[in-house]
Amino acid sequence: MNRKPMELVQKSLARRYRAERRFRFFGVVSVIIGVLALLVLFFEIFSSGLGAFRQTHIQLSVNFDPEILEITDAHDATQIRSGNYEGILRKALAQRFPQVSGRAAKRELNGLISIAAAYDLRAELADNPELLGQQKTYWVLADDDVDTYYKSLQGDKPFTARTSEARQAQIAELINQGEIRTQFNWRFFTSGDSSEPEMAGILGAVAGSLLTLLVTFVLSFPIGVAAAVYLEEYAPKNRFTDFIEVNIANLAAVPSIIFGLLGLAIFIGFFGMPRSIPLVGGLVLTLMTLPTIIISSRNAIKAVPPSIRDAAFGIGASKMQVILHHVLPLAMPGMLTGAIIGMAQALGETAPLLMIGMVAFIMDIPNSISDSATVLPVQIFLWSDSPERAFVERTSAAIMVLLVFLVCMNTLAVWLRKRLERRW
Amino acid sequence: MHDILEHKSRVSPKVDLPFMAPTHPIAEPGQRPFAADDYQTVGSPFVDKAKFAMRDVNVFYGEKQAVVNVSLDIAENEVIAMIGPSGCGKSTFLRCLNRMNDTIEACRVSGSIQLDGQEIYSSKMDVVPLRARVGMVFQKPNPFPKSIYENVAYGPKIHGLVNRRVDLDEIVETSLRRAGLWDEVKDRLDAPGTSLSGGQQQRLCIARTIAVSPEVILMDEPCSALDPIATAKIEELIAELSENYTIAIVTHSMQQAARVSHRTAYFHLGKLIEVNDTQKVFTTPDHPLTEAYITGRFG
Repeated sequence: MNRKPMELVQKSLARRYRAERRFRFFGVVSVIIGVLALLVLFFEIFSSGLGAFRQTHIQLSVNFDPEILEITDAHDATQIRSGNYEGILRKALAQRFPQVSGRAAKRELNGLISIAAAYDLRAELADNPELLGQQKTYWVLADDDVDTYYKSLQGDKPFTARTSEARQAQIAELINQGEIRTQFNWRFFTSGDSSEPEMAGILGAVAGSLLTLLVTFVLSFPIGVAAAVYLEEYAPKNRFTDFIEVNIANLAAVPSIIFGLLGLAIFIGFFGMPRSIPLVGGLVLTLMTLPTIIISSRNAIKAVPPSIRDAAFGIGASKMQVILHHVLPLAMPGMLTGAIIGMAQALGETAPLLMIGMVAFIMDIPNSISDSATVLPVQIFLWSDSPERAFVERTSAAIMVLLVFLVCMNTLAVWLRKRLERRW
Repeated sequence: MHDILEHKSRVSPKVDLPFMAPTHPIAEPGQRPFAADDYQTVGSPFVDKAKFAMRDVNVFYGEKQAVVNVSLDIAENEVIAMIGPSGCGKSTFLRCLNRMNDTIEACRVSGSIQLDGQEIYSSKMDVVPLRARVGMVFQKPNPFPKSIYENVAYGPKIHGLVNRRVDLDEIVETSLRRAGLWDEVKDRLDAPGTSLSGGQQQRLCIARTIAVSPEVILMDEPCSALDPIATAKIEELIAELSENYTIAIVTHSMQQAARVSHRTAYFHLGKLIEVNDTQKVFTTPDHPLTEAYITGRFG
């Protein structure tokens, strides 16, 4: 009689352990699927994007011939600005490939190098006026088609669709002489957008993103925290506050493009603000991140132990003193974490910004919140839509930069939480 | 905000209990020991010079009544212990004395509670100075997550008791000395208050309370989270503090009530059953329920 329950237990044990192993197995499989998906994503982005960080350059011996340049005084800024730098580059190319003849062949030869090469020479001459009349060897930026072809030579199937046989021969000659190579692509980080892929950079988009996020943070954090404090600490619990609470939760789930339409109607349509500016972008993203910040701030305030409130109330602190001296400092890590996660969400947001015109092609780097700008995810969207093949790797490279920013922000959130967390 | 009911002085001390046969001290399961609103406190709930005078205090949490028609006086510089089984309303009653119940949304208080003749639930009473006069020590030690110094200095700072740093230093030292903690912490005033042991934390909380020079100190089971040695220190401290302060202490430990208090009030199901000198309560209680409780027949 006494043994019977124990026997039953023994019998069921094997089944229970099997069930547990299955249960754990499903968990492990889910984790593996998640990690694999992430690895595939990273591999895909990195393998196609890494190329963008190096750019093909061609070695050319350039003569700053005053006659071709039509510059008499190298200290005259006006003359420097209007110099015929394409001319000296064309001459340098013709000297490098003297066998090329005929108008069409020559035009094709000139297409080896980017139009950015002329701008670089102008900057060089402006910095060093003594170069006028001198001969000097430079690594000049190659055209994007050359760049694409040269990079594809490393693979098994070179991309020849936009490179003629004559040009392939010229490039082969350059390779033989060691006069073509890839260099680190500083331009990608220091310039704005361009219709020429080899000249396009992400600085404009990064600056636009930072300005937009600045507006978003400055507006949404104080408003969100103030709303959370009022709702948690002061608001009476009645139908009206319940209604507000439900609506905040609902707003957090509204598709972001709706906020874009709202911003278009209110800020641009009604208030007549200009399109494409970070101020409007920030306002729209503020509307979008406010619910997230309010909800996370309320949770952070709720998590402050009641014993601390009791202690402060018990020695006669007023409500505001309790909130400012005790509740907010203790809730701050949680509120900041919520805010940063909201910011990260805003950083990756594209749809609402398309609505307010931040999708425009803007070459200049924005300096203030009222300059036309675009943002990183929109820049990615724009490049992914461009026909030039060289934009493919730039798209991936921009995604990598965006990912780096997101990882930084999340790390900051974790660090802040660890740093500010006080134990009791 | 809170209605003050007209004071009905129908409670008189030393009245025999018509509502329960003394031979049957404990109610049968499901049976009410006495009618809900018709009972009288036995013993001596009233004193001549009352610091606190409570009359017909009722406390409700929503629909539930936690304290029923309690009338009680607390004399100046006395230590009064409140005992009773869990959920008997003694902590709730204690929290009325400095209006800590205000922070609980659904809590409603009726009746009259006077501190030195002032109605504390009157709309004219400001809770901030009230809580400075009636300090509170809680069940779980709850120092602020700040330094030991800051913990003690916080009260004087917010009430603007001092302007100069030296005066503040003095208050901190005096308070810590009175709480018997000075010698243990004088070399590490900048250490976080939470780094102290449980008993030290509770004494720090007492120092924090007396730093604002209250007249009354309410203690809500101050030793329930402490070991016997720390408890003994706190009890010693209560005895010393009673020279200068009026102390109301809620406790689950009858030995503690017997050791530290002058008078003892026994609560049962929200009702104040008996108030008497501590010695009398623990030797010859007037009420059978009190006797049942102190002899350990329930609780």
